[in-house]
Amino acid sequence: MTATEEADFSSKGYLNMQLLRFTTAGSVDDGKSTLIGRLLYDSKSLFEDQLDAVKRASVQKGGEHLNLALFTDGLRAEREQGITIDVAYRYFATPNRKFIIADTPGHIQYTRNMVTGASTANAAIILIDARNGVIEQTYRHAYIAYLLGIPHVVVCINKMDLLDYSQEVFEKIKADFNAFVAKVLPGEDLRFIPISALKGDNVVKPSQKMEWYNGSTLLETLETIPIDQDHDMIHQRFPVQYVIRPESDKYHDYRGYAGRIAGGIFHPGDEVMVLPAGIKTRIRQIDTFNGPLDEAFPPMSVTLLLDDDIDISRGDMIAGAGDLPKAASEFDSMICWMNPKPMQLNGKYALKNNSRDVRCVIDKIDFVLNINTLEQIPQRTNLAMNEIGRIHLRTTKPLFFDPYTVNRQSGSIILIDEATNETVAAGMIL
Amino acid sequence: MKDYNLTHLRELESEAIYVLREVAAQFERPALLFSGGKDSIVLVHLSRKAFHPAAFPFPLLHIDTGHNFEEAITFRDDLVKKFNARLLVGSVQESIDTGRVVEEKGINASRNVLQTVTLLDTIEKYKFDAAIGGGRRDEEKARAKERFFSHRDEFGQWDPKNQRPELWNIFNGKKRMGEHFRVFPISNWTEMDVWQYILQENIELPSLYFTHEREVFFRDGIYLAKAPFMAMKTTEKAEKLRVRCRTVGDISCTGLVLSTADNLEDIIREIAATRVTERGGRYDDKRSDAAMEDRKKEGYF
Repeated sequence: MTATEEADFSSKGYLNMQLLRFTTAGSVDDGKSTLIGRLLYDSKSLFEDQLDAVKRASVQKGGEHLNLALFTDGLRAEREQGITIDVAYRYFATPNRKFIIADTPGHIQYTRNMVTGASTANAAIILIDARNGVIEQTYRHAYIAYLLGIPHVVVCINKMDLLDYSQEVFEKIKADFNAFVAKVLPGEDLRFIPISALKGDNVVKPSQKMEWYNGSTLLETLETIPIDQDHDMIHQRFPVQYVIRPESDKYHDYRGYAGRIAGGIFHPGDEVMVLPAGIKTRIRQIDTFNGPLDEAFPPMSVTLLLDDDIDISRGDMIAGAGDLPKAASEFDSMICWMNPKPMQLNGKYALKNNSRDVRCVIDKIDFVLNINTLEQIPQRTNLAMNEIGRIHLRTTKPLFFDPYTVNRQSGSIILIDEATNETVAAGMIL
Repeated sequence: MKDYNLTHLRELESEAIYVLREVAAQFERPALLFSGGKDSIVLVHLSRKAFHPAAFPFPLLHIDTGHNFEEAITFRDDLVKKFNARLLVGSVQESIDTGRVVEEKGINASRNVLQTVTLLDTIEKYKFDAAIGGGRRDEEKARAKERFFSHRDEFGQWDPKNQRPELWNIFNGKKRMGEHFRVFPISNWTEMDVWQYILQENIELPSLYFTHEREVFFRDGIYLAKAPFMAMKTTEKAEKLRVRCRTVGDISCTGLVLSTADNLEDIIREIAATRVTERGGRYDDKRSDAAMEDRKKEGYF
C-alpha cells in the first residue's frame, strides 16, 4: 500500500504504528522548507485551509508557483522576514509510520537549533544543493549529526532538475561526502538520494527522470529505516523521577519509584543496585495503571517496586547490579554553547543529568572545535554561542551516567545559568 | 527475535506520563487546565496513569466563560466526582463584573480573548507555578514552536523569539518568583493520535463530540450553535441539523460540523477523510493570520 491510498486509520494496524523522529539540516536556499512542504503536500498531510492560506500568500508575494516553503513558517516575524527563527515541529503520517520532523532553521543560531532538533531524532536528513556540492556547512551538518548520535543519516542531493538529473553530479557529491565522513561517521547508517524537492522527484514519488537511480524514494526510506535498535537495550538504567506514595488505606505500604526506562530490559526478580546508596535489591514488581508487566524497556514510563525498603529519592539511579553506570563527580564532555553570554572558564552553572540536579564548575577547556574543518583550537578561556568544544567539569555531587555514545539519555547533560535560569548548553559526556 | 518497539500511541503516552511526572517533581503548585474538551480529558486520563495508584497531585482548573455547552459542564462535574478530583473555577463573568475586562460588543462578540485575563488572575490568586495544558504543536503554526515546558514572565507573557532550548528529555523548570510555566504533555500528539488514543483506551467523552440534532446557523463557512447570548445577523437563519463538535470550547467560537458519526470508529474515519484542520472550525483563529500567536504572547492557553 502506498502512502497516498485511502487508509482506514481506525483499524487495528493503524493503532500500532511506529514513530520516527527526524531532523532536517541544510544551508540557506538548499530547499529545506520546500522539501518539508513537498513531503507534507505529496503525503496529503496538508489541509485545504492551510493550502488556501499558502496559495493566497504565494500570490501576494508575487511568486509563480505554489510556494511550498510557506507551510513551515510559524511566527509573524518569520513570515515577514521570510526566514525561520526557531525549531518547529511538524507531523505527518503514512499508513506505515508516523513522523515527527524537527525543522531547524538554516542560518541564525544554526548550531544551537540543529543540536536541539537532533537531540531527539532517530534520523537526520542532510540536504546538499547539487549545484554547490559538498560545502563547509555540509561538514558542519554531518558533524553535528555524528556528535548528537543520530543513528541514521540520509543525504538528499537536491535540485537535480537544475543539472539535467545527471548521475555524474550525484556520484561526485556522494564520493566527496564519503571522503569527509570517513572521519566523523564511521559505521553510520548512511544513504544517498538524488531528489528535486521543487518538482517532487524521489521525495514521495519515484522520479521518471533518473532511471539510473535504483534506490528508494525519501519517503520509502523514512518508512523503512529500522529503528528498533536505536535505544540502548543492554545496560539497565532507571533514573528515579518521582516517588509514588499513595496516602490511602488500601495502598498503605505502597512505595513506587516512577520513571522512564533509559536503558536495558527490566524484569521482576532482576537484581539491581540503587545508586548512590550502593545497596543491592531485587525488582518485586513493574507496576502500571493497566497492571503489572513481565518486562519493561526504553522508552517506557513505569513504576518499580523493590524487595527491600531503601531510602530512594528523585535523582537516584536504579541499575543492573552487575552492570553499573559510571559514578563520578568529574568528567569530560563535548559541549555546545547556546547562549549569547559566553561560557567562562571556571564559571559555575546548574547541571541536569537524568533526573539529577547538581551544580558544576568548568575547570578546563581542552579545545574549541572549528566544526567546518574539525580543527581543534587549544588554549581558549571561553566558549561563545554556537561553538562546540571539549571541557572538563566537576560537580558538587556524583552523577550516574554512561558515555553518550553508549546511551543518549543517561549520557546527556544541560547547563543552566543560575542568574537567568536559561538553558545555556547541551553536553554529551565522553 | 522479539520486537522491542513501542507503538506510536504507547510511545506518546509514555512521553506524556514522563512530562506529567516532571511537573509534579519540579513544581510546588501545579494545576491542570481543564476545558471539558477531548484534549484535557485525555490529560486527566494520562494523569491518572502517571501517578497510579495515588491520586494525581494537582487540581483541575476550569476557566469558565459562562458561555458553555451544558453537556460540557455536566460532563465536567461527573468526571470530578468519578475520579475524586479537586476542581477550581475561574469565572470570566466575575472578571467582567469586577471591571477587570470589558465585554466585547457586536455580532462577533466572544469571551474567548477575555479568558486570558481571568486565567492569569486565577493563576496569580492560587499562586500556581505550573499550568498543564492540552495544547498540541500540530494545531496551529505558532504552537509548532511551543516547548513542553514553556516559560511565562511575571506578566504571564510568552516570548516566542527567546525561548529556552529544550534538549533530549531534560526539562528546565527553573524560574523566579511570580513567573510560571505552561506545560504541554501532549505537544507531540496530532488530532488523529488523540482520537486513536481515546479509542484504544476507551475514554469517555461529552456527547457533543457525537452526532446530535441542534439548532445552528451558518457564518463565514462555519456552523455555530444558536444560543441566547449569540447575536445573529438578520440574514442568518437558524436551522435544525445533525452536527457534532470537532473541538469543544466556548459556544461563541466552537464550530460544528455536519456529521452522522455516532461512534469513535466513524469519527476517526471522518477525520482521516477530512480536508480541513481542526482549528479551521475555530472562529477565534479566523481573526487574523497571527491570531493565535498574539493571544499566546499575552498569556492565552
